[in-house]
Amino acid sequence: MDFELSRQHQMSRRLFREFAEQEVKPLAQEIDETERFPSETVEKLQRYGFLGIPFPKEYGGQGCDSLTYALCVEEISRVCATTGVIISGHVSLGAEPIKTFGTEYQKEKFLAPLAGGKALGAFGLTEPGAGTDAAGQQTKAVKNGDHYILNGTKIFITNAGHADIYVIFAMTDKSKGTRGISAFIVEKDFPGFSIGKKELKMGIRGSSTCELIFDNCPVPAENLLGSEGKGFGIAMKTLDGGRIGIAAQALGIAQGAFDETVAYVKERKQFGKPISAFQNTQFQLADLKARIEATRLLVYQAARAKDTKANYAVESSMAKLYAAETAMAVTTKCVQLYGGYGYTRDYPVERMMRDAKITELYEGTSEVQRMVIAGAILK
Amino acid sequence: MLKIIVCIKQVPDTAEVKLDPVTGTLIREGVPSIINPDDKAGLEAALRLKDSCGAHVTALSMGPPQAELALREALAMGADQAVLVTDRAFGGADTWATSSTLAAAIRKLGYDLIITGRQAIDGDTAQVGPQIAEHLGIANISYAEELTLIGDAVVVKRQYENRYHVLRAKLPCLITALSELNEPRYMTPGGIFEAFEQELSVFARADLDISDANIGLKGSPTRVVRSFTKQPKGKGQAVTLDPQESAQWLLERLEEKHILSSGK
Repeated sequence: MDFELSRQHQMSRRLFREFAEQEVKPLAQEIDETERFPSETVEKLQRYGFLGIPFPKEYGGQGCDSLTYALCVEEISRVCATTGVIISGHVSLGAEPIKTFGTEYQKEKFLAPLAGGKALGAFGLTEPGAGTDAAGQQTKAVKNGDHYILNGTKIFITNAGHADIYVIFAMTDKSKGTRGISAFIVEKDFPGFSIGKKELKMGIRGSSTCELIFDNCPVPAENLLGSEGKGFGIAMKTLDGGRIGIAAQALGIAQGAFDETVAYVKERKQFGKPISAFQNTQFQLADLKARIEATRLLVYQAARAKDTKANYAVESSMAKLYAAETAMAVTTKCVQLYGGYGYTRDYPVERMMRDAKITELYEGTSEVQRMVIAGAILK
Repeated sequence: MLKIIVCIKQVPDTAEVKLDPVTGTLIREGVPSIINPDDKAGLEAALRLKDSCGAHVTALSMGPPQAELALREALAMGADQAVLVTDRAFGGADTWATSSTLAAAIRKLGYDLIITGRQAIDGDTAQVGPQIAEHLGIANISYAEELTLIGDAVVVKRQYENRYHVLRAKLPCLITALSELNEPRYMTPGGIFEAFEQELSVFARADLDISDANIGLKGSPTRVVRSFTKQPKGKGQAVTLDPQESAQWLLERLEEKHILSSGK
């Protein structure tokens, strides 16, 4: 059992950190304040292959493993959680299901541009009445000749409006419940497909989160992902992987807030000495550091499990649960260590605290993760 | 195909290298290593020539075995081949012994164009590049801030303090690059994994045709008498005067110290 990263992974981490510091960090505050999607960063992520890390080279990907992908999301989220979720939404949710469940035709037509940095991906499962209860899908797909006609609305869709390719879930047979859900690949310019309301959010405010509206949208039958009725399984398996991305994002947020705080407590003076000289500060930093390192082990273990095990749902749920709650706890403590300044927008920790909250909510709330873990314990 | 050799040096990642006050040597522990910035610009220049007109790019480094990482990084950026010149016999080399050794390696590899950085941030001599050109008997253009390839020649914009020269040299020749030459590309994640799968060529003492008199500590005419950390300057003197008076005041102080002479 080896807890050291390989030399390849160490060099990858250095690359991601350098890129994050130079290209991502300078924009983090501005895109949060203006709620602007950082298209220029996405273009650079595409150019350097960061959006194709875990995909095979034959489809234009980088041919790396899930751990490298987790390191990327972690390091980028360390300075900007918005950019972290753009990557995670694209890789884990948009492209991964096509890699895993796509036909050769679908991989060549859709995975290759997604992995090769030519197109951005997204994933549409959530509906107003189908959040944690994902089986309550109202969006319908009715077969009509060589097409399916989609009607319905998706909400809270990451990368919406900027993505080129969407994996969309819809009921093909309502009477079969979850076995009546199917998955489709929808391109942005399909007739009858439009982007609805943009959400105004507490955190990750540079990321685009919108409604998707399907109004008699014809989808070619060859864009059916997997077979009819297999959509729910595809969604759940995709989320197992997606949770590793979000766990890495949460880990990055926690590490970023921690690093900012360590620098701050050495500078900030009260009672004639830096606040790092007080044992209260020291003990809190020690607790945060230990918790972040424990999280890191869980996240990397889940990333490894994705590459080596057929079923890694429990590992990814544990990583996501613990990382999200760590991100929330660490950023809250960091704001406290900053004192009043931590509550101002002059310092990044308030943004990080707002960003952290979403990791306890999306791709399965912390409660859903507990259901997955408990279900495996008691089965 | 155009054969380019880029010399790179692995250096500590800091412009403010600290010296051990007792031994006078660099403290390298805890300081991460990087490719020297001027050298990285030289590598990027080579890779751009490769992208635009096709070239075979070899990254060459002389150093301890851990310099391998700098070469792997060069491969991950897009170099085709990496060569590490390493042997205990080469240790303690000054610029003369280093350039002699590198020139021997370059002769063995064959070349059309050699690019080195202007100078390394840990030594700041700016001697190794031009010395290699001397050993090989080829033209050298230093301080390149622009580089283009036209037919069998390079055209280089050579930087001076307040002007530049545009020079043309026929291949083969050696260019020393400034970090202003370009903004080096990032590695790609896939490039990193490929770089570690690639074989690294290693040249040891026995692989090079060079006299013992020109290698390592014994082949180094330079002797470091003493190294020290510069003491910070004392506090300056502040005066509040109007512009004309302050100019006059400043002039008098400079004349006192014989830095300026007003010709009076």
